[in-house]
Amino acid sequence: MVRRSASILSRLLANPSSPFTAPSRSITYMPRPGDGAPRIVTLIPGDGIGPLVTGAVEQVMEAMHAPVHFERYEVRGNMRKVPEEVIESVKRNKVCLKGGLATPVGGGVSSLNMQLRKELDIFASLVNCINVPGLVTRHENVDIVVIRENTEGEYSGLEHEVVPGVVESLKVITKFCSERIARYAFEYAYLNNRKKVTAVHKANIMKLADGLFLESCREVAKNYSGITYNEIIVDNCCMQLVAKPEQFDVMVTPNLYGNLIANTAAGIAGGTGVMPGGNVGAEHAIFEQGASAGNVGNDKIVEQKKANPVALLLSSAMMLRHLRFPTFADRLETAVKQVIQEGKCRTKDLGGDCTTQEVVDAVIAALE
Amino acid sequence: MTMAANLARRLIGNRSTQILGADSSSGAATSVARAFCSSSTPITATLFPGDGIGPEIAESVKKVFTTAGVPIEWEEHYVGTEIDPRTQSFLTWDSLESVRRNKVGLKGPMATPIGKGHRSLNLTLRKELNLYANVRPCYSLPGYKTRYDDVDLITIRENTEGEYSGLEHQVVRGVVESLKIITRQASLRVAEYAFLYAKTHGRERVSAIHKANIMQKTDGLFLKCCREVAEKYPEITYEEVVIDNCCMMLVKNPALFDVLVMPNLYGDIISDLCAGLVGGLGLTPSCNIGEDGVALAEAVHGSAPDIAGKNLANPTALLLSGVMMLRHLKLNEQAEQIHSAIINTIAEGKYRTADLGGSSTTTEFTKAICDHL
Repeated sequence: MVRRSASILSRLLANPSSPFTAPSRSITYMPRPGDGAPRIVTLIPGDGIGPLVTGAVEQVMEAMHAPVHFERYEVRGNMRKVPEEVIESVKRNKVCLKGGLATPVGGGVSSLNMQLRKELDIFASLVNCINVPGLVTRHENVDIVVIRENTEGEYSGLEHEVVPGVVESLKVITKFCSERIARYAFEYAYLNNRKKVTAVHKANIMKLADGLFLESCREVAKNYSGITYNEIIVDNCCMQLVAKPEQFDVMVTPNLYGNLIANTAAGIAGGTGVMPGGNVGAEHAIFEQGASAGNVGNDKIVEQKKANPVALLLSSAMMLRHLRFPTFADRLETAVKQVIQEGKCRTKDLGGDCTTQEVVDAVIAALE
Repeated sequence: MTMAANLARRLIGNRSTQILGADSSSGAATSVARAFCSSSTPITATLFPGDGIGPEIAESVKKVFTTAGVPIEWEEHYVGTEIDPRTQSFLTWDSLESVRRNKVGLKGPMATPIGKGHRSLNLTLRKELNLYANVRPCYSLPGYKTRYDDVDLITIRENTEGEYSGLEHQVVRGVVESLKIITRQASLRVAEYAFLYAKTHGRERVSAIHKANIMQKTDGLFLKCCREVAEKYPEITYEEVVIDNCCMMLVKNPALFDVLVMPNLYGDIISDLCAGLVGGLGLTPSCNIGEDGVALAEAVHGSAPDIAGKNLANPTALLLSGVMMLRHLKLNEQAEQIHSAIINTIAEGKYRTADLGGSSTTTEFTKAICDHL
């Protein structure tokens, strides 16, 4: 390991104009006996482009000889519910990597993504929307982390038809969940040296529901005096994101607004094909493409095998860090960023024309 | 209803609305009445100047309209200082009656006073006049550069129900429920308007924005209604887009969208997002459509009390909303004239107000537009 760090350092020193910055995290850590034993991770390939991109991750992990072993389970979006064995597996392994699961529109099947999250109580969804060097977008200086409450809110799934032609849907906000997500957001900000947390809401209209969310955030904010806290209404927030995204740092939101904000922020920073993210609970973590738009892809992309594996590769780097293998995470991230920077091998959503396999080969070649 | 309208109806028979191709509400007959009036009989429209910068920009609109020779007579109404018991808000009953009578109105920014015991002004207008659709065209203004150059879309938002029904309650301490209501009637109404708008303005595609994969029954009902209406307009392409895809596509490539129709909450967020794409709320026109052909155009920005009275305000939003109002009244020639004048003035860049990066006053900007007419 020392040899590898030395080689990275010598390369950086020899080439001061190297475009990618040194890893900001310390590479040296004290491994304990047995740390190198392979960890088992549940793998759910999913639908659409899911198998393509998870296949990409498997290939790269193997090329790196990462101490990660995948236990694969097939779950399709049109299943009634997530199979028991999959839930058992995630409970056992504590970490899961998954591709997108399509939720059929108007189908009478409740979303499997939501089911997984509720069963395993994975309450926080994190997307890091950051400009990737080498990828030109309309907005610069974007570095936003969107932390979204994942279990309740508008996605409670409690709907009923009152009389024919009139349907009601319940949006449930509880103090318990709001406090939990606020605490998570502030702790994340504290541990990652972030300066500002913004709560996104619509409390001028939904006074009780979003009012409760805001109250919880304000209470938690009192315990973190070093972090600035402010609030913004969701429609104004979207407008500001499009006009001046650099004013946002960490954003904490309830379920639906988080979905919209995460996808908007991912879009301005380069697209959902490159943003890493993860879902985390008190005991389990599921890593998948950060923002949800396009995580299943359409038939054309599946046929031509031109899905963008970057988001899932960067999410698996987050997973490696979570599993306490920081050096492997750094190597993977550096390789992926180098491939994007060079610009020779990009999929369609980034303006290029490569297939998934070509990107994977380029990443493996860039590993060292 | 004027005599001219009654005569017209009897002459052409009950099929008059179909022949004239206007929308199915009785607003068509009123427009017929106007078309039959000679241009010397002015149309009365209600004007709410509003608060803050409202009066200044309303002046600006009046000046531009007079210079363009628009046959409109303004009936001005102000927000009262006391709560009117008939409306439960600061808007008087007379103001609302005036809008109901005239069928068109133009509204400046109104600041709802803080306090309890009264409804917000916008809510009062919406409920009393039954304004069910909010239409906001968003297009890139040539000459005013933002990061997006090719935006040309219209958002049509259902304005009465959905998540903004205001029905919330605390179940037990620490647990709150909020009801989102979708009805077939309201969804059909707004879908009909959206497709009609698309047809009359020559638009080719209508996209319904939803989250029906999660909210299956509510957004599912909305989509079902949109599909039903889509079948009646086979020449217009209809598609359905999930809202997270929509947000991402809007910020990556807004040229993909044409007309967007959506329920209340998504509409609120998406229309503000689109306003951000083209330069902010200071440049965005908006029009609320109600039953019986009522149209209330409004400026959606705030009342900006810090620059009130200083002749610094940007009247573009209210002017463009006035243009929308003229188009609703089928005074298309003058609408085009004023519209081109505004676009050319901003494109030239010599006269721009402070928020667009220039240093002109409101009066200078207005004069420049009048000169361009």
